[in-house]
Amino acid sequence: MALIPPPGSPIERAPRTDPEIDRDLREAQEREFEKSLLVTTFEKALHWAQASSVWPATFGLACCAIEMMHTATPRYDIARFGAEVFRASPRQADLLIVSGRVAQKMAPVLRRIYDQMLEPKWVISMGACASTGGVFNNYALVQGVDKVVPVDVYVPGCPPRPEGLIEGILVLQRLIGANGLPSSSDLRREIAPVSAG
Amino acid sequence: MSEVGSTIESAVAGSVVGEIAHAGELTIEVARDSLLEVARFLKGPPLSYVLLSDVSCADIPEHPERFRVAYHLFSLETGTRLRLRVWAGREPQVESVTSVWATANWHEREVYDMFGIRFRNHPDLARILMPLDWEGHPLRRDYPLGGEEVQFTDAV
Amino acid sequence: MSTDIGEGIPVADEAREALEAARREGRELTETERAIAGAEALTPQEALATIEAATEQTPGSRQPMIINLGPQHPSTHGVLRLVTELDGEVIRDLHPVIGYLHTGIEKQCENKTYWQAITLVTRMDYLASYFNIHAYTMSVEKLLGLEVPDRAQYLRVIMCELNRITSHLVWLGTSGLELGAMSVMFYTYREREKALDLGEMIAGERMNTRFFQVGGCADDMPPGFEQRLRGFIGEMPDRIDEYEGLLTENPIWIDRTRGVGALPADRLLDLGVTGPALRAAGVDLDLRKTAPYSGYEHFDFQVPLGVNGDAYDRYTVRIREMRESVRIIGQALDGMPEGSHIADDRKVVLPPRGELSTSMEALIHHFKLVTEGFTVPEGEAYSAVESPRGELGCYVVADGSPKPRRVHMRDPSFVNLQALRPMAKGAYLADLITMIGSLDNVMGGVDR
Repeated sequence: MALIPPPGSPIERAPRTDPEIDRDLREAQEREFEKSLLVTTFEKALHWAQASSVWPATFGLACCAIEMMHTATPRYDIARFGAEVFRASPRQADLLIVSGRVAQKMAPVLRRIYDQMLEPKWVISMGACASTGGVFNNYALVQGVDKVVPVDVYVPGCPPRPEGLIEGILVLQRLIGANGLPSSSDLRREIAPVSAG
Repeated sequence: MSEVGSTIESAVAGSVVGEIAHAGELTIEVARDSLLEVARFLKGPPLSYVLLSDVSCADIPEHPERFRVAYHLFSLETGTRLRLRVWAGREPQVESVTSVWATANWHEREVYDMFGIRFRNHPDLARILMPLDWEGHPLRRDYPLGGEEVQFTDAV
Repeated sequence: MSTDIGEGIPVADEAREALEAARREGRELTETERAIAGAEALTPQEALATIEAATEQTPGSRQPMIINLGPQHPSTHGVLRLVTELDGEVIRDLHPVIGYLHTGIEKQCENKTYWQAITLVTRMDYLASYFNIHAYTMSVEKLLGLEVPDRAQYLRVIMCELNRITSHLVWLGTSGLELGAMSVMFYTYREREKALDLGEMIAGERMNTRFFQVGGCADDMPPGFEQRLRGFIGEMPDRIDEYEGLLTENPIWIDRTRGVGALPADRLLDLGVTGPALRAAGVDLDLRKTAPYSGYEHFDFQVPLGVNGDAYDRYTVRIREMRESVRIIGQALDGMPEGSHIADDRKVVLPPRGELSTSMEALIHHFKLVTEGFTVPEGEAYSAVESPRGELGCYVVADGSPKPRRVHMRDPSFVNLQALRPMAKGAYLADLITMIGSLDNVMGGVDR
């Protein structure tokens, strides 16, 4: 329970190796916490709806994908938590669960899939290989998927138990939901404001 | 020399360069130029090694001919295995056995990708595991392991 | 095809990579590179325009449309990319592009001791993790000349056959899911959870365990394990009947799998295909019978064979293999010999923890094994096991140091995938999905 920050606290993110990645997002984040954040009742309802129906994209790469499949099956069943179906098309998915090791050859594909997803979108980095490169510290893997896409929740394990992944999804839901904490996709909306309607 | 070795030597003269029997396995070292002939002979009767299990390579920089390609053969009737070894030389080039066993196609592509050994007369020698424009051949001994430096440990 | 790009065609990343590599080495593009470059170089509008232009110039000819399947695709069993040349729904040619999961495991094993390499090797074919370790430890034991005690062999057989069952359950679930039979997945994963519970009981982890050691197994069966395992294999035959009841005589399943993906047996052997795909074509090659290892000669089981080699036969072969695995586990439990679960050689195997507080020698052995590792005399060995996908072999080259010189896995998925191209030529795109499912490839093994 200590994992979930109390409402209003700033989000701690690990320092990025390349300072240029997502610089605009970080600047927006700094600007954000200079003013106070007002969340209206409508926005609370919106966040609750978004959190309760996060549909993941099928992005199973390696062993973690098997455990991800296990979370979809009767014993662990993430459909109870709103992740009803895994959408094959990234355009219909909200959540990208990067489950497995990301090879150098796969990194541009991952970025392309992430870019094809529509806002609001979130990323869970599942497993040790996706979070930091895991057991494989070598030429072939991207050492941590946050070098390629911005990550909201990291789930450790090799592979993480299905309960671990469910905890990750629940943490994400609390991030999106009633707390009103901005997720990385909220910040993106700040930078490129869409006309209301 | 073992029976298999002498059969090969009598069929393709001058091919068998050495023979090792170790850990219950038989390894026959073949001269590079006679590799294709030996392969054709081994596939047909009487020995009938119809299944090529594996083509792999070891980089041994201490040896003057640095790269050593190993072919693992399996005979269905007898259930026995045989290993053929060929030294590829410092500028590694070996004849491709794709015309004998079609399965060698991807195996040889992987050896080319990882070690840089060019297989002559291979139908489609392109990189298979690394991106197409990758420079270098990762499994060579002088290629660094890569990755990130980890704090507080010198274990790799 | 020359390495010149036409005028005004935007060249995407992979096409540029292929052309640069070819230009740098001063050679023509190979077949696969040409297919990849072709697939990447055109936007859909340009592809349509090219096809229309070709049809106008030479009426009656139809240029194939190049469609990219994957690497992110729900039905490719992982990150497999297929560059297909389609003529309507019919596949003219197919180029599998792999390497999207290449992890550099073989290179990293050269920097680890023989013991540490077990954790890496197990993650290659992640659905058959026990088999990976089995092949690797058998090779190292051959090089060391180490005898594995009988009890350890029986334990290995039990865990391997359990792993075969779980791997086939995943195959059945995902194959059914891809062809639209979604219920099968939920049924099979229910059993898989029970089997993974058993694995967790004995090995500590559900997947990617490190249970087999050089010389035997890491630990003996905990209390309650045998009873639970007997319960599992007692109910498995009924469960397999349930799966068969859903699929075997289902007219839709038969329509979609009968006659799909058949190749003659000698062609399959030439392509190096082993395992259920080969046995479905009628070739009796099962390494557990042809070249028995680890005590398999003591067990009485049959090797299921098919007739046509199509996807339906592969399905029936794998279902029957699951039944045979259940029988083998029962026989292994009944005939489990007494003894140690690991070899006795203190130079290679850790001493039992109880001894560490009483014997100085045990302490020294433990220290040396954990820090430096054991040395393996110079030589090379290749051992193969019959994994759920075929012949899984491990080629270890040792040079007298505590770290292996070269570890290479002969993975069955890598080799079996070569058969996809001849199988798919002339077939429908929908049948391609059936074929990939029936080959049961795991991309971790393909790319290593």
